[in-house]
Amino acid sequence: MNVTIVDYNSGNISSVINSFKEVAKDKVNIEVTSNLNKIKSSDKVVLPGQGSFKSCIDGLNSINGLIDTLSEFALNNKKPLLGICVGLQMFADIGYEEVETKGLGWISGKVSKIDNQNGKYKLPHIGWNQINIAKDSKIFKDIENNSHMYFVHSYEFIPNDNSVTAATTDYASNMVCAVEKENIFGTQFHPEKSDKIGLKIINNFINL
Amino acid sequence: MLKNRIIPCLDVKNGRVVKGINFVDLKDAGDPVEQAKIYSDGGADEICFLDITASNENRDTIYEVVEKTSKKCFVPLTVGGGVRSIDDINKLLNCGADKVSINTAAVQNSKVVEDSSKKFGSQCIVVAIDAKKKDDGWEIFTHGGRNPTSINALEFASKMEKCGAGELLVTSMDKDGTQSGYDIELMHKISSMVNIPVIASGGVGTLDHLVDGIKSGASAVLAASIFHYGTYSVNEAKQYLASKDIPVRI
Repeated sequence: MNVTIVDYNSGNISSVINSFKEVAKDKVNIEVTSNLNKIKSSDKVVLPGQGSFKSCIDGLNSINGLIDTLSEFALNNKKPLLGICVGLQMFADIGYEEVETKGLGWISGKVSKIDNQNGKYKLPHIGWNQINIAKDSKIFKDIENNSHMYFVHSYEFIPNDNSVTAATTDYASNMVCAVEKENIFGTQFHPEKSDKIGLKIINNFINL
Repeated sequence: MLKNRIIPCLDVKNGRVVKGINFVDLKDAGDPVEQAKIYSDGGADEICFLDITASNENRDTIYEVVEKTSKKCFVPLTVGGGVRSIDDINKLLNCGADKVSINTAAVQNSKVVEDSSKKFGSQCIVVAIDAKKKDDGWEIFTHGGRNPTSINALEFASKMEKCGAGELLVTSMDKDGTQSGYDIELMHKISSMVNIPVIASGGVGTLDHLVDGIKSGASAVLAASIFHYGTYSVNEAKQYLASKDIPVRI
């Protein structure tokens, strides 16, 4: 099996690569590339993302044909795709970080700054927070409700249809922190930095 | 609910741990990779490396350490010490660091903080502030606490927040190494002034000091010696905080 981590200048992806390689061992081939043919032929795709919504969308756009290839992979061929952090946020129709930026539009919704209630809550939301599992997502197999995951973000994905919500977390408000829509998965937290429990989520995705 | 973080810090020089944990079962007490793994297995919420390598020719040793550690520890890794430029930050992140802490360079040229937080995202830019109490407030020092700047720590903290720092790592130079507790007043003043998380550092000698640090308003507490010398394990520290009703990840 081939799992591709999309390399599109989205900031620091070393930790994503390390964690997937750790979980995959020799059983699964982990490829890190922006090569469109390799993405097309892979079984699963991971879309990481750090920095701002705009910088990540710009990064995708800077590689000719990448967005079309990813859309074909996820929407037409319905192969499993996991977005992490801004990788998840980009599923939305629109993002409001820096400037209003059009997203991939795969899961209807928007990405807005977390309402910190006039400074009552610090931003970024950094650290370990518990997740409330909202539905029986395949990536949460053997993951206990209220498990701790590592977060670092100032913006949140607000889906239009709550049925895509796989988990939420409480900070300033009850925020969506994981989504599942058919073959498309996303986590706002960083499974690659969430210790053994995070690696288990990665393992679940690899074994889908 | 967001938990308060406990961050053990390791001083690394020429690729070796300077003050190490004295555990009998350690194969190599000076190996930062092995020590970081002990911390992460013990429940550390993040790991911090402070590179204190003095000579330029040995500067590259930290990259190898970071690379090896990031393949074994799956909790966030912050690396500081000698970070001067966007290029340094890029190299550390590529080796597997999740955050980089900037001290002297941030004071000399705040544009480094502005540019790097734009390029890599605020989430990986930590500004380290070394402060010393004066009659009329706190003064920040650079170059590992050697050079005074006559810059006011509170004003500087606020400026760094505006420049895009994701977190502030605040060390009291008066308290550092004394094991007499954090400078609570300093931690409280800075964390109530800025809207980004503050990591308290410098002075921890007992578990109650960690409690005081969190109560001062800091989001995370950093400690070196109490963990280095095995006085307490990270897990013991967390159990203690939990017993004092401070939310931690256990």
